Amino acid sequence: MKLYSDREQDFAARSEPIERQSTLLWGLGLGALAGASAYALYAARRDRDGLSYRPADSAPGRSAKQSRFGEYAVVGRTVTIDRPRDDLYRYWRNFKNLSGFMENVKSVEPIEEAKGRFRWMIEGPAGTDVRIETEVVSDKPGEEIAWRSLQTSQIDTKGKVSFRDAPGNRGTEVEALIAYDPPGGELGRWIAKLFQAEPALQGRRDLKRFKMLVETGEIATSANRKSDK
Amino acid sequence: MRALTWQGKHDVRVETVPDPEIVNPRDAIIEVTSTAICGSDLHLYDGVIPGVLSGDILGHEFMGRVVEAGPKSTLKKDQRVVVPFTISCGGCFHCKKQQFSACDNSNPAEKQDLTEMQFGHAVGGLFGYSHLAGGYPGGQAEYVRVPFSDVGPIVIPDGFDDDDVLFLSDILPTGWMAAENADIEEGDTVAVWGCGPVGLFAVQSALKMGAAQVIAIDHYPNRLRLARQMGAKVIDYTQTHVLEALMEMSGGHGPDAVIDAVGMESHGFAPDTMMDNVKQAVGIGADGGHVLREAILACRKGGRVSVPGVYGGFLDKFPLGAMMEKGLQIRTGQTHVQRYTKELLHRIAEGEIDTRFMISHRLPLEQAADGYHNFRFNQNDWTKVVLKPNMQPAAG
Repeated sequence: MKLYSDREQDFAARSEPIERQSTLLWGLGLGALAGASAYALYAARRDRDGLSYRPADSAPGRSAKQSRFGEYAVVGRTVTIDRPRDDLYRYWRNFKNLSGFMENVKSVEPIEEAKGRFRWMIEGPAGTDVRIETEVVSDKPGEEIAWRSLQTSQIDTKGKVSFRDAPGNRGTEVEALIAYDPPGGELGRWIAKLFQAEPALQGRRDLKRFKMLVETGEIATSANRKSDK
Repeated sequence: MRALTWQGKHDVRVETVPDPEIVNPRDAIIEVTSTAICGSDLHLYDGVIPGVLSGDILGHEFMGRVVEAGPKSTLKKDQRVVVPFTISCGGCFHCKKQQFSACDNSNPAEKQDLTEMQFGHAVGGLFGYSHLAGGYPGGQAEYVRVPFSDVGPIVIPDGFDDDDVLFLSDILPTGWMAAENADIEEGDTVAVWGCGPVGLFAVQSALKMGAAQVIAIDHYPNRLRLARQMGAKVIDYTQTHVLEALMEMSGGHGPDAVIDAVGMESHGFAPDTMMDNVKQAVGIGADGGHVLREAILACRKGGRVSVPGVYGGFLDKFPLGAMMEKGLQIRTGQTHVQRYTKELLHRIAEGEIDTRFMISHRLPLEQAADGYHNFRFNQNDWTKVVLKPNMQPAAG
């Protein structure tokens, strides 16, 4: 069985899951990964027993055929953006900017900016709004920003975005990871997918919008009128 | 405004729809003066391309006058422009490499999922060509919203009629890139399958690039006549064994380069299951594959295969063995229109390239549905239809 990479293992293990306070998972989508299923659990157990052990390869763990990150589902996605990483870091670090390209994030407002605490208002399907309060847990200028939800949040989640120089002067490889404790499990994820709010799907699109915004100054739309956007 | 809308298979109608407006800063609004029906529009007309919704405005070959420019547009009001069918941001990795049709940033993020799944990567945005290619309202309309108007449109100086320059939007650069992808050397024999507008422009381009002879293959007498008029030798496949004839006409050598300007266009963008259904329903799927197979078999050892024809799914019985054992190269892709517009406009100005011979019919936009019907069902005579929003209907 493929194990997850050091980076993700570290990321998933760094904090304990907090008490779940909501049955909603619409939110904060960034990245792509199918989560743990009953089969994956079975397979992981089987593999741990040594029936088909293989050493880890170089790919990120979220692309593994079978994976498990404790109680968390982890989604992630990498995109190359033709801008210096310091610029991208600064844009992202101003959390208020995030609602500009994250489609279902209505707003991100500071609670205590000095402590890196923000309140995210996230739009779910059927007009439900979800509130997430986060604090920055890692902040390395030009390299990485990580945050996690506070006890007061409706969803237990954490996220990390990292910035690395792309080879050949192609700009920056931006990798975003989101871990969340999926309330409702597979069923919840499936329902969310129907409404296109599933974090992996939403996250993939959000990262593409981020790339569009910084590379072109706008976010592509086929709407013929502002009111159709 | 009035616009040609898709309603279903073989059902297109000119309807009144809301005018477009500037949505993004780099947009411009163009008042259309001429817009053509493309061969690839017929596959929308045939209803075989998924992701086309009732009410979608078709059309991706158009030109006109700038009526409004967004704050980040470089266009000025009243400029005349031709607009490439490919929408390209100009700043992403692909655009910087002049691979404009592969633009990362022009297909809206929420429309990229399906082609990403189907092709491994999302395709760029196109005007009026299904929601897989972005769902952008097309050019067979009185007005069009043109995104990234600082990158795509080419400004046309005074002294050109619309009919001289309209085809810079698609088929002229597409024929040109087809010949460029064939890497033509002096003395080459080049074979072109399909004498539709792209094939005819490929014939013209291949001769310009130094081919000693170009052999065009089709079955419509009038289209073969046009190819001959362009300087090609022709093969009518209904009366001649194509492979044998090509060998004999190239000294037993085989064509140095082959161009498939037919494609499986009626299956563009369709997943394989749908394609199978279409093959059964329409009965032309095998023909599309047939051309590429025949072209590969005809091509000389170490030769080049250029594929401007549109493919969207999977091809049965692809002769990979012939490609490998003969050491062929294949090059294909949606046209990187913006790479060619300036040079081709210059060649038109110099009188090197003729575009008018292609046009068989000019109609008012209001008669667009007739144009579609005839372009689809009377292919021999209706080689190219240009729609003019301001043209008065002919009396009677």
